[in-house]
This record gives sequence, C-alpha cells and structure tokens, in this order.
Amino acid sequence: MTSEPLFASGKTSVNGKGLSLVPKTDVKQSLKDFKSDQEVRWCPGCGDYAILAAVQSFLPELGLKRENIVFVSGIGCSSRFPYYLNTYGFHSIHGRAPAIATGLAASRPDLSVWVITGDGDALSIGGNHLIHALRRNVNLNILLFNNRIYGLTKGQYSPTSEVGKITKSTPMGSLDKPFNPISLAIGAEASFVARTIDSDRKHLQSVLREATAHRGTSLVEIYQNCNIFNDNAFEQLKDPEVRDDITVRLEHGQPIASASKAVVRAASGGLEVVARDSVSDDRILVHDAHNPDPSVAFALSRLDEPAFEHVPIGIFRQVSRPAYDTLMAEQLDEAATRTGAGDLSELLLGGDTWRIG
Amino acid sequence: MTKQVQQLDRVIIRFAGDSGDGMQLTGDRFTAGTAEFGNDLSTLPNFPAEIRAPAGTLPGVSSFQLHFADHDILTPGDAPNVLVAMNPAALKANLGDLPRGADIIANTDEFTKRNLQKVGYATSPLEDDSLSEWRVHAVPLTSLTVKALEDFDLSKKDAERSKNMFALGLLSWLYHRPTEHTIKFLEQKFAKKPDIAKANIAAFQAGWNFGETTEGFSVSYEVKPARLAPGVYRNISGNQALAYGLIAASVQSKLPLFLGSYPITPASDILHELSKHKRFGIRTFQAEDEIAGVGAALGAAFGGALGVTTTSGPGVALKAETVGLAVTTELPLIVVDVQRAGPSTGMPTKTEQTDLLMAMYGRNGESPVPIVAPMSPSDCFDAAIEAARIAVKYRTPVMLLSDGYLANGSEPWRLPEIADLPDISQEFTTAPNGEEGTFLPFKRDTETLARPWAIPGTPGLEHRIGGIEKADGTGNISYDPANHDLMVRTRAAKIAGIDVPDLEVDDPDGDARVLVIGWGSTYGPIAAAVRRIRKGGGKVAQTHLRHLNPLPANTGEILKRYDKVLLPEINLGQLALLLRARYLVDVISYNRVRGLPFKAEELAGVIQDVINSDQ
Repeated sequence: MTSEPLFASGKTSVNGKGLSLVPKTDVKQSLKDFKSDQEVRWCPGCGDYAILAAVQSFLPELGLKRENIVFVSGIGCSSRFPYYLNTYGFHSIHGRAPAIATGLAASRPDLSVWVITGDGDALSIGGNHLIHALRRNVNLNILLFNNRIYGLTKGQYSPTSEVGKITKSTPMGSLDKPFNPISLAIGAEASFVARTIDSDRKHLQSVLREATAHRGTSLVEIYQNCNIFNDNAFEQLKDPEVRDDITVRLEHGQPIASASKAVVRAASGGLEVVARDSVSDDRILVHDAHNPDPSVAFALSRLDEPAFEHVPIGIFRQVSRPAYDTLMAEQLDEAATRTGAGDLSELLLGGDTWRIG
Repeated sequence: MTKQVQQLDRVIIRFAGDSGDGMQLTGDRFTAGTAEFGNDLSTLPNFPAEIRAPAGTLPGVSSFQLHFADHDILTPGDAPNVLVAMNPAALKANLGDLPRGADIIANTDEFTKRNLQKVGYATSPLEDDSLSEWRVHAVPLTSLTVKALEDFDLSKKDAERSKNMFALGLLSWLYHRPTEHTIKFLEQKFAKKPDIAKANIAAFQAGWNFGETTEGFSVSYEVKPARLAPGVYRNISGNQALAYGLIAASVQSKLPLFLGSYPITPASDILHELSKHKRFGIRTFQAEDEIAGVGAALGAAFGGALGVTTTSGPGVALKAETVGLAVTTELPLIVVDVQRAGPSTGMPTKTEQTDLLMAMYGRNGESPVPIVAPMSPSDCFDAAIEAARIAVKYRTPVMLLSDGYLANGSEPWRLPEIADLPDISQEFTTAPNGEEGTFLPFKRDTETLARPWAIPGTPGLEHRIGGIEKADGTGNISYDPANHDLMVRTRAAKIAGIDVPDLEVDDPDGDARVLVIGWGSTYGPIAAAVRRIRKGGGKVAQTHLRHLNPLPANTGEILKRYDKVLLPEINLGQLALLLRARYLVDVISYNRVRGLPFKAEELAGVIQDVINSDQ
C-alpha cells in the first residue's frame, strides 16, 4: 500500500512571487466580498478600522480564491481582525499565532496565510515565536499593529512603550527600554521588514503589495493609534505641520530624505540625519532594500531613536531567501524520489524480522 | 575439555558499565541475537540523564536488562541471574538487585585502586569475602580485548573500546546465541571504517572463544525457543512502535502527518524516527519550544493534517493552553506524553505514571480530553492508531500516555496484517449545512456530536474559529449565559460518548473475589504477578484500562463485582482517585514512585496480602 502526496507539495520552484502557489479566481472581487457578517466591535475612532478597510480593499487586487486565504491572530484588540474578514480565520491564543500559522503554512503552500498581531502579542508573550518565524522564513504575512500600549487589558504599558510611560501598572513611569520591532526583526534574520501607518491607506497598501509579492515571512509594522489608552502616539507623523519633515520615506533606489532632512553616512561609520540643504544630492544615501548586508537597514531602523524626530517608513529590507515551506516540501519530494513513496508493509518489515510457525 | 550444557527455561541478564562503555549497544545486540533465536523476551534499559557523567562514578552507570525465555513472558524480569559489571561502580550500583547465588562477570582490569576509591570500596570486593554468596567470574575483559587486537593497527585506547564486544561474545557463547547477525551488524555499522569493523568482530569472536576454552566457565546454558503465535516478528521499543503507529494512522486516515515537537527525554526518539520517513509525506517540525510544537500541529490540523505533538510531562504543562484551544475549536490533535519522573525536571530518564490527572484536568475551564494509554511497548503501535481514530472521528485533542518504561523497553512484536488495520478516515465537509447555502461550523453530527471539519481551500465554507466561546451552530462569538452552559455540556457529552470498547476481565475460573486493575505500562508486571498467584493456587481476576477517558461503560459494574479491588500505580493513587470518585468503590491503592517499573514478585506479595485479608 502506498500513500500519495495528499496536498500540493513544493515541486514548483518559487522565485520571488509570494503567492504563486495560491490558486487564482476568475471572479472579479470587491471589498464587499471580504466583509464578514459580523459587526465590527472596536472602540469608535480606533486605528484598527482604517487598517481593516485598507486590507479589505487591498485583497481583491490579489485575485486569489477567497477560500485559500487564512487570517490567524493571537489575543488583543487587533486579534479580533479575522472575525471581520470573509475568509478562513483562526483567532488563537496570546502570542502563539506565528506558531499556529507556521504549521498551517508549512503544510499548505496553496494558502495565503496572514498573521494579525499587536505589540504585546508579538513582542511580549509571543516574542519567541515571532523571532523564530522570521528566521525560518515560512510563507507568512505578519501585520504587527503597534499602538505602544495594552488596549484589551485596559491600558498597561507595552514592550514598545517609551521609557517613563505612566500607566495603571506603572504609576511612577515604566522602567524598561522598549523594543524597536524593525531592529528586532532585522536582527532575527527577517527577509522582509517594513513599516507603515494606519492613517495612510495608500502607503499601507503599497507595503502590503510588496509584502504579498515576497515569498517567505514578511513583517509589516503598522503604527496604529489607540485613541482610548494612548491617543496621538504617532501624531507627529499625521500632523500636516510637521509630518513631511519627520517622515523619511524609504523607497528602493531613491535618496533617503524627508522634506527638510536627509540621511547620509556618518564619519563614525553609521548613519546620520542632516539638514537637506546642507548636503549635495550625491551625498544623500540611496536606499537599497535588497542589500544582503543588513547593517544599513538596521542603522535606518535606529534613526527614530530615542524620540520620533525622524521616522523612516517603507520597506527597510527585502531579500530573497528560500522559504521554509518550500524547502520542507522539497525534502519530502526528494525522499520519495530517492526511495519511492512510503509503503507501510515495507516499513514494518524493515527491521530484523523472524517467522514463527 | 567438554563442557556441560544446562537447560534453563528463562534467564535475566543485566549488562552494566560506565555510560561510555557501550552497554546499551551490547544489550541491543544480545537482544537481536535472542530475538533471532526465537526466545520471547523483554528488555529494560536504564541509563543516566547525563550524557557522560564522570567516568567510573555511580551516577555514570548505565545498564541494560534482558529477560528471555522458552515461553511467553511479560516483563524484563525482577532480579538478574547474571550481572556483567564492567567496573566497580557498575557492581556497586547493581549488587542490591542481585539475588544470592547469581552469577557476576566482573571486568577485573577496571578494579583498580582509584576506581575502587571512586565508589567507596576500601578493598576490592573481588578479593575480599564480600561476594562469597555470589558466583563471581573474574575476567580481565579489557586486557584480553587488547591482547586479541594486538595485530590491529589500533591505539590501546581504541582497542580497549571493543571490550563491550568481547563481553558480548562471551555472553553469546554462554547462552548459545547465534553470532551471524552481530557480525553482519558490525560490518554495516562500521562500513566506512572497515578496520574498526574487523577489530570489533575480532573482539566479539575472542570473547566467544574465551568462553569455550577458559576453565572459568564450565557450564553453558540453553534456553529453547518459545512457542509464540505464528507470524512474522520483530523486536520493537515503545517509542519506535508509537512512531510506526502514527505513520500507520496517517495512512489509515488518509491524512498527511504533521509533527510539531521540541526535543525532550524520553520522547525525542519519536521525533527522530518520524523524521526518517519523509517519503510518507510526513512533515516533522522541530519547533522553537513546546508551545510552538503543539501550536504548529494545531495549525496544520486546521489545514487538514493529522496534527501530532510529542513530549514528556514538562512539555505537556507548557502545551496546556493550546490543548485547551484545540478542545474549544474542536480540531483533531494527538498529544503524546511519554511520562517521566517529576515534578519539574524530576528524573528525565526514569519512568512514572504521574501525568494522568494532568492529562485529565490540567487545563483551564471545563476542558475534557480523551486519554489512551498503551500497555506494552508493541501496544504503542495500536494505541497510536486508536488515539488518531478518536481525534479524527470526534474532532478533539487526544492524550496518548506512554512512559519511559514503554518508550525504551522492547519486546518481540508480531507484525499486524496491513489489511487488518482499521480504516479511520473521515470525510472533510465540502458542502454548506445551513439554510440558504450557509455554513454552520458548529452544527454537530447528531450521533457523535462532532462538528464539521471544513478546511481552508474549500469554497463557500469560509468560517472563523477561535478560543472565545462560540454560539452553538454558527460559531460566532457568544457571551450568552445559556449558550455557554450548553456548549460546556455538549463538549463534555461528546467526550463522554466516545465509543470505547468494554473492559474484559481475565478470571480463568470465574470465582475470584479479588480484582487487580491497572492502566498503561503496569500491565506486564501485574499480569506476571497474577500468574504467580494462580500458579500457587490463588484466585485473582485481572483487568486493564487502555482508555482512561472516557472509561469503558462497564467499568463500574466490574469494580462492584468483587470483594476487593487492588490498583497498583506508579504514582500516589491518581487513577484510584478517579475510580473512587466516579464509582464510589473502595479501591485499594498500591503505589511506588521509584522511577522504575513494578516487580512481579513485589506485586504478587501485595495481591496475596489482599487475598488473605479477604478471608
């Protein structure tokens, strides 16, 4: 008795195209197709609404069969996200979505698997799963909603809250240095790392477009406003008065600069931000998201330290590396090619056997 | 010199040495020869958790016990007839288990002043009178090996390494074991180092020849092959049988196997074994931690795989929340717990049955999980298929409770006919089950109460599941009090209603007044003890639980049939607590938690005491 491969294996070689193994639909889709019948229950004014609408209106563009899309989430306000999308969805437990999604995506290359998580979910309780998902490079799109606060538990500081944050659990100010999710992801060998913001749908969708085209794990940090417990955390990036000066847009092949500032190589070997009119154009660093060396991308991720003086948004890093699910499927194919498909009877008889009677 | 040959019906040998002496390999090879010869057998490896404890010390002692006989046997034996002691530590650590009159084969080369001091011997027990009640064969195993390998271009240290093969050769002569298999094995094992292969074979043959020529051994022993049921046999350990059972479950359920696992003693060998069989389409995922192991397995199950995670007690503790998620999302999942001595890290290489209550209740909320426990190493194969059958049919996580004794112990296994294996496949749901083409992910099968299993990729059945309480039928988030009560009761009723076979009682004359009941790995020692009682004319009935949740429907009726019910467990009475609570029967507990299996003689004494107290 032999067993046939039961699901699509990795026989197709996949270069670059993130969702090339996911079946396409002939039907024209619209935003409406991706709305579930469930009433959306975030606080009025929450940034999650904008992200949901952006994702719902982006998905038709992919042209995938709706039934081959899965949203997996952890616990937190953002993790309610799957209930509002008319795809398959799994609202799991705190911090574990990357692990659950890894099992799903590694065994089903024909699915577009998304992870919806927050700063507490991904970086505190689920930190271990996040970093290992990134280094493994399973075909996942991870959207990390960063509001720099715990919302669902009603306002404690989070692993991305600034030092000194006054909250219910830190009445005299928080003591621990926050994580920078982009630095963390680059350090964890992520092959695709980007940042965007809830209020800029166009930019958000442009990042999603690249993230879904990337085969492997993509991490997209989305600055998301929690208007109840941490309102205006990203106000500088939205305020028309200052946002163009603060926001440093990263575009592959383009000079890295805001309206008034530019990024140049520092004498120290790192990067520094200078007034744009103080340097000639040829001194401005040109962004190379595909650079195999992650050190420049890492340096870019540090530009916003310590305060939000200049904040890069866009794709920090996008390098091609074989996806774990592809490699795993190739091993199965190779084993079957080398020794033939599994045969149970042969397996049981495989050791030293003897006959009685 | 003609040597006397004595017939024996059974022998128990224990090989003991330093953990670097290769005792497990020696035991394995002797076992293979014994299996080939056709004896029934049972083995018990016993090794330290440390990979290489300091040489020559008591914590570094590793041993392998083998019981073989001309009839069917149930346990690795209580007390060895022969101890092979490769150094003073091995002698000291094992002497307490050795009955007076037993043989000791001691490697005199290692009984140096320094080695004796390491374990607190003031004088050599081989030279003082302390071993006068045993039959000591003092053999310079190391120097004889080195001498036998003089012609090989080997360093003294490398030559000394072959002393375990010399010992194996000697024992093979002593018990008339066939030699061809061991020679072939060594050729294959060292195929890339033919010199080492030849040296080991030479050492093995020198050991055999030494037995034949030396005056130190005047008698050799013969144990006739056992009359076992006709069929094809192989020797198998519990972990290997369990891995094969999971592969068979994948084939018989027509579901691809996905194993998410994190290395942990004594379960890692299942991960190793399954990793070798990728040609069956098996995906083995070594996760970053125990939680990710079970999480990935559950994610794969959501996608339509047979999701499995393998671990031991500490890992089960970490996985509890995810198992709860599997309970409430009602997805198939197999959680293999190869129990070991606890609490906490406990004694990783020692056995125990102490995770039963954790398997039953170790999750938040009302979170019922079926439990299956294999009763012998080879039964791990069938138990794995049974766990998968329940998981798939009822869409539930299932706990499979093996333990260190079953995992590493081995016995001959009569191979099943593939055609006789149960078909455990279930159809995925592919069509809407609600009004107007809607899909209700929690609309249940009226008989099994299982919910539909509709996997991503199925058009029209897009749905969302999660850890928040779901409304009956639709699966939408619900905080409705009456709905929660209904869902809690329905999940409980689903598990309580699982079709498990009735308990069978072994009571040859049908007039026993005392019942001994057990579960899991204690089957062998209990059954061996029951045989002893019956041989002595005593009356005792025996029954054994493979399903711990739900319990077989006739359990209560059986328990109430007897004057006395005795329940030996390698814990402090966990099943006893459940049986007493459930059936209000005054179960008599017998408990030892020494990290070792029960001995048949010990249990026979306990059973006899209960019989006596009944009169």
